[in-house]
Amino acid sequence: MSVLIGLLVVSMLISGGFLIAFFWSNKNGQFEDQFSSANRILFEDKIKTKNKN
Amino acid sequence: MGVEVNTGKKIICAHCGGSCDASIKAYESFFCCNGCKVVYGLLQEKGLCDYYEFNAHPGQTIQSLVSKSKYEYLDNEDIRSKLIVFKDHQQSHVNFYLPQMHCSSCLYLLENLHRLNSKVISARVDFVRKEVLIAFFHADLLLSELVVLLASIGYEPHISFSGNEGDAYRMTDRSRIYKLGMAGFCFANIMMMSLPQYFAGSVKVEPSIALALKYGMLALSLPVVFYSGAEFFISSWNSLKEKYLNIDVPIALAIAITFIRSVYEIFWGSGEGYFDSLAGIIFFMLVGRLLQDNVYKSLSFDRDFKSFFPIAVRCLIDEEVSSKPLDQVEPDDVLVIRPDEIIPVDGILSKGKAYIDYSFVTGESLPVEVAIGELIYAGGKQTGEKIEVIAIKSVSQSYLTNLWNKNVFKDKSKSRSYIDIFSKYFTLILFVLAGITAVYWLREGRPDMLWSALTSMFIIACPCALLLTATFTYGRLMRMFGKNGLYIRHHDVVEKMSEIDYLVFDKTGTLTNHSPAGLTYHGRGLEIWEKGLIHSLAGQSSHPLSRAIAEHLKESPAIEVESYKNHPGKGIEGWYENKHVKLGSAEFTGVKADEHVFESSIVYYSIDNEVKGWFEIRNAYRPGVSEMIRYLKKKYKIAILSGDHEGEKEYLNQLIGADNQSLFTQSPQQKFEFIKSLQQKGHTIMMIGDGLNDAGALKQSDVGIAISDSVNNFTPAADGILEGSALTGLSRLMKLATAGRYIIYLTFFVSVLYNLVGLWFAVQGILYPVVAAILMPASSLTIIFLTYTLSGLIGKKLNLKD
Repeated sequence: MSVLIGLLVVSMLISGGFLIAFFWSNKNGQFEDQFSSANRILFEDKIKTKNKN
Repeated sequence: MGVEVNTGKKIICAHCGGSCDASIKAYESFFCCNGCKVVYGLLQEKGLCDYYEFNAHPGQTIQSLVSKSKYEYLDNEDIRSKLIVFKDHQQSHVNFYLPQMHCSSCLYLLENLHRLNSKVISARVDFVRKEVLIAFFHADLLLSELVVLLASIGYEPHISFSGNEGDAYRMTDRSRIYKLGMAGFCFANIMMMSLPQYFAGSVKVEPSIALALKYGMLALSLPVVFYSGAEFFISSWNSLKEKYLNIDVPIALAIAITFIRSVYEIFWGSGEGYFDSLAGIIFFMLVGRLLQDNVYKSLSFDRDFKSFFPIAVRCLIDEEVSSKPLDQVEPDDVLVIRPDEIIPVDGILSKGKAYIDYSFVTGESLPVEVAIGELIYAGGKQTGEKIEVIAIKSVSQSYLTNLWNKNVFKDKSKSRSYIDIFSKYFTLILFVLAGITAVYWLREGRPDMLWSALTSMFIIACPCALLLTATFTYGRLMRMFGKNGLYIRHHDVVEKMSEIDYLVFDKTGTLTNHSPAGLTYHGRGLEIWEKGLIHSLAGQSSHPLSRAIAEHLKESPAIEVESYKNHPGKGIEGWYENKHVKLGSAEFTGVKADEHVFESSIVYYSIDNEVKGWFEIRNAYRPGVSEMIRYLKKKYKIAILSGDHEGEKEYLNQLIGADNQSLFTQSPQQKFEFIKSLQQKGHTIMMIGDGLNDAGALKQSDVGIAISDSVNNFTPAADGILEGSALTGLSRLMKLATAGRYIIYLTFFVSVLYNLVGLWFAVQGILYPVVAAILMPASSLTIIFLTYTLSGLIGKKLNLKD
């Protein structure tokens, strides 16, 4: 049964890592503007000969 | 390009989707105005027409091109440094708030700003906050040019120096998410540690491991209770300090019971505690709150924007007075303010004698005399003659909205509404019920059931769905009203609208609409100086008839009138070269044989008490008024008050029916008394009238609605502003308000039912606390959904815009 303790320690480490990642991304504002990123990815960069900048 | 231009017979502007005639045609499309055409052309030239493909008609109507001079002040070094968030030797970054941003097309266009102007390096949109962060080469592009560029494509930034209002709001929002993350993390790991407990029958656990697991769970539960769950304790502690039990008290109690009981079991008892339930309860409660808040926010998102109402001011442009929407007023515009009108914007007095009543701002009602060249602040009311003011700022509608929302002017709040009364006793009843349950289970000898039952009860029983219902339904109705031309001050007003049983209409300017076209002059012919005299005299008053006369004579240059005096409900008098000039009713001007002309109002004109002639102004009833009244009288008692003569008494009496009354030659004071006497008889009254001349009566009535026809009728005394063209929709709006009441009753019933069923199972101890924690927010969401859909459906049925 002592394997359970080992398992728990590992799972705590992994989920703790995710918790830190979650806190980090929240701090960077990833959960605030869900609209822009979701739509931005749909825009194509149409390259037209007329408007090369 | 795939741009639809012509749908059926109606021609639609290819840029903004507004209806238009076929006069402006370009690029194989039609446009409603030149502004829209310019933007379309620009986007086409730069290959940005994808803008029109993501959404149908995403553009903003561009009525006037922005003048460069408006934003020149942004190139001032001090001002610029306040706006620029980052600057190095080459580029600057600036953050703008663009309230017009509304769809993915906006996002596309703004983030491709560098293609419109190569001096822009990049633009990044934060859609939720409606902000854009723009990086540009400051050596080649002035800040003002950047703003003009944004304005020219329909995204004029809202520039404020008061710092970002979104910041404080965002911080609180983020801390919620941290708490949720922490609760989720601990919840999952506590569940892991509880596994042996779940399989207690089949798995044998060594005592040392079991002990380690117990302490592990205790350790993990600490951040959940004291960090994630802290808001429940803080909120209930605050409510207890106020000697009031709010909805967080039972929840905090449930958490406390579970925690203390678990700690007791670990140290002194034999069990493992209930840390999994504890963490689950807090986690699901937080999820529910966050979800609820988000739904609420997204549905009531544009509340502030929609609460802007239609007000226009008179501006002096090239020596001519013309109406201008309030939000287009710019610094250096000359505004013409008539008596009783509110000063919409800070300005400098340039002409006339100003006696400003600042009671709406400061509460001090003694008028302040202001000399020419001195500053007049927005929110003051002119009480003397007509004045001219040079605006020194652009108008902030939100300032007027705030002024309007201040409750100082209005203390009509009766006893608290039935919902407040209910929720006050709700928690109390819950505790009594909990006491009975506790006694029952103790007598049965089952203390284990007792704790579980109590925890579930405290969590499942929640009046918040109920509290939410009223605010939410009324908020939604307010928005629908706004879209249909009725702008309401506060959601209490909607509730009051549903209790109305008596409608009082003002006639002149409310039921009727006076245009100079229906005006004729009778009597001795007018000389040029007389015309100028009357023009000047009529121009002093904001009464609808005076407005029509002034408009009629606007060609004649106004002549200065001395010792001008306004007698509300009677007329105006003044002196010119020792002549005593009067303009007003028969009684006021001393006419004995009053001409009663059907469907007209008469204004007499006299010099030195000798009547020279009269103006006949046809009472053009607004289209649809008689149908509206015929409809309304089935349901409400109706009265019509008029300051006018009795000429139309018969017609109006026939319209409103025998059991209703119409009163004529009423002064503002009499109108006020009339409302008061009806209220003493126990009626709940809604008055619809002119914002300025009927201000007293509007204030006295339970719901006062001011009619606005693109003039400055704004008065903080009114509860609502109704666009003149929307008057005939009033009966449908009243119906919607009444329906709102039934929607609340229904959701109230659903919520009570839900609580009863939940409690029924909780009392018996068969409802797991964690399940209760999931059901609780779910019920709130159901109810939000219910009221939102129902209001929408009823609105649709009533043919209202939504």
